[in-house]
Amino acid sequence: MSNPSKVVVVTSGKGGVGKTTTSANIATGIASQGKKTVAIDFDVGLRNLDLVMGCERRVVYDFVNVIRNEAKLQQALIRDKRVETLHVLPASQTRDKDALDAEGVGRVIDELKQMGFEYIICDSPAGIEKGAQMAMYFADEAIVVTNPEVSSVRDSDRVLGLLSAKTSRAEIGGAPIKTHLLLTRYSPAMVKRGEMLSVGDVLELLGIPLLGVIPESKAVLQSSNKGTPAILDETTDVAQAYLDVVFRYLGQERQHRFIEEEKRGFFGRLFG
Amino acid sequence: MAFLDYFRRAPKSATLAKDRLSIIVARERAGTRAGVDYLPQLQQELLAVIARYEKIDLSHVTVNLDKSGGCEVLELNIQLPDGPPPPAPPSSRPALAQS
Repeated sequence: MSNPSKVVVVTSGKGGVGKTTTSANIATGIASQGKKTVAIDFDVGLRNLDLVMGCERRVVYDFVNVIRNEAKLQQALIRDKRVETLHVLPASQTRDKDALDAEGVGRVIDELKQMGFEYIICDSPAGIEKGAQMAMYFADEAIVVTNPEVSSVRDSDRVLGLLSAKTSRAEIGGAPIKTHLLLTRYSPAMVKRGEMLSVGDVLELLGIPLLGVIPESKAVLQSSNKGTPAILDETTDVAQAYLDVVFRYLGQERQHRFIEEEKRGFFGRLFG
Repeated sequence: MAFLDYFRRAPKSATLAKDRLSIIVARERAGTRAGVDYLPQLQQELLAVIARYEKIDLSHVTVNLDKSGGCEVLELNIQLPDGPPPPAPPSSRPALAQS
C-alpha cells in the first residue's frame, strides 16, 4: 500500500467556530483528489455533519449502532453522491453520553483502515468532555479550528493541552500529534482597523503552524442551507480558501491568501 | 464615516484582546499543557504542612511548572515571614510515626 491511513481530528473546544463546516469541506476536498476519505461525526446526540453534507435523508444506521454491533460498518457508511471516494459515518441521536468508548471507536477506526480509507476525518463535538476526547484519541494529526476572538483562542489552547496529554499517542509515548491551525471567520478589514486579532497575533499566542485562513463569508451559510459543501462551488472565496487548505495539507506549496483586505476604490474607502 | 475615523485615535481593541490572552494562556498552560492538574491541590497541601511550623497564608506559597526545552521544572516558592520564627506549639506538630 502506497499510502497508510491518516486519522485527522477537526477540533476547537469552543462551539460554533466552524468545525463541522471545516470537516465537510476538507473531507470533500481531499476526496475530490481521488483519495478514499471518510468523515466521522463524533457529535453524538447532536448530529449535524450529515445535514451539512446533504445526506441526512440517507441515514439508516450510525456510528453508535456500529460500535454496539447493531449494524455493520458498511451498512452505516453513506457514500457521497457527488464525490465517489467520499463517505460519511453519521453520529447517532442517542442521548447516551457514554455511547462512545475508546475500545469501540478504536475498533471502527481499525476497520476503516482495513477497508482502505486513506483519510479518516473526525469531526469533534464542542467542549472538552468525553465526546471531544474520543474524537481526538486515535488521531495522527489535528486541525485546530479557531476564530480570531478571545474565547475561541483560549479554548484552542486548552484543546492543544488535551491533544498533548489525553490521546493514544501521548499515552503510549509515541510521536506527538501533528497540529495545524485553521483560522476561520477572518475579516481582513476588521484586522486592519485593529478590531480583530490578526493571523500573526493568533499564531504567536498558540504557537502551532498555520494551515490556512478562511475568510468570513455568506457562502458558508448558503452552502449549508443547500447541503453542498462550499468547496464544490469554486467561484466563492471560501471555496478557494478551503481548496488552498486541502492542497497545502496534501503537501503542495500554496501562498496564504485572504489575509489582506481587498483593494477598494476611492469612493469605497471614503464611504465604507 | 470612514474618513472621520482617520483623524480619531481610537483604542485598538485587538491589542487589548492579545494582551489579555497572553496572560491567561500563559497561566493556564502552566497547569494544563503539561498534563498536570494537581498544582492547586499541591499548593493547598504544602500550605497545610508549612502552616504547622510557620504562620503563613496561601499567597506565600506559589507552585509553578515550567517547561524549557525537554526539561520540566517544578518551582516551589515559599515566602517565610520576617523576624525569628515563633516556636511551634507542640500540639500542632505532626505526630511521629506511630507504628
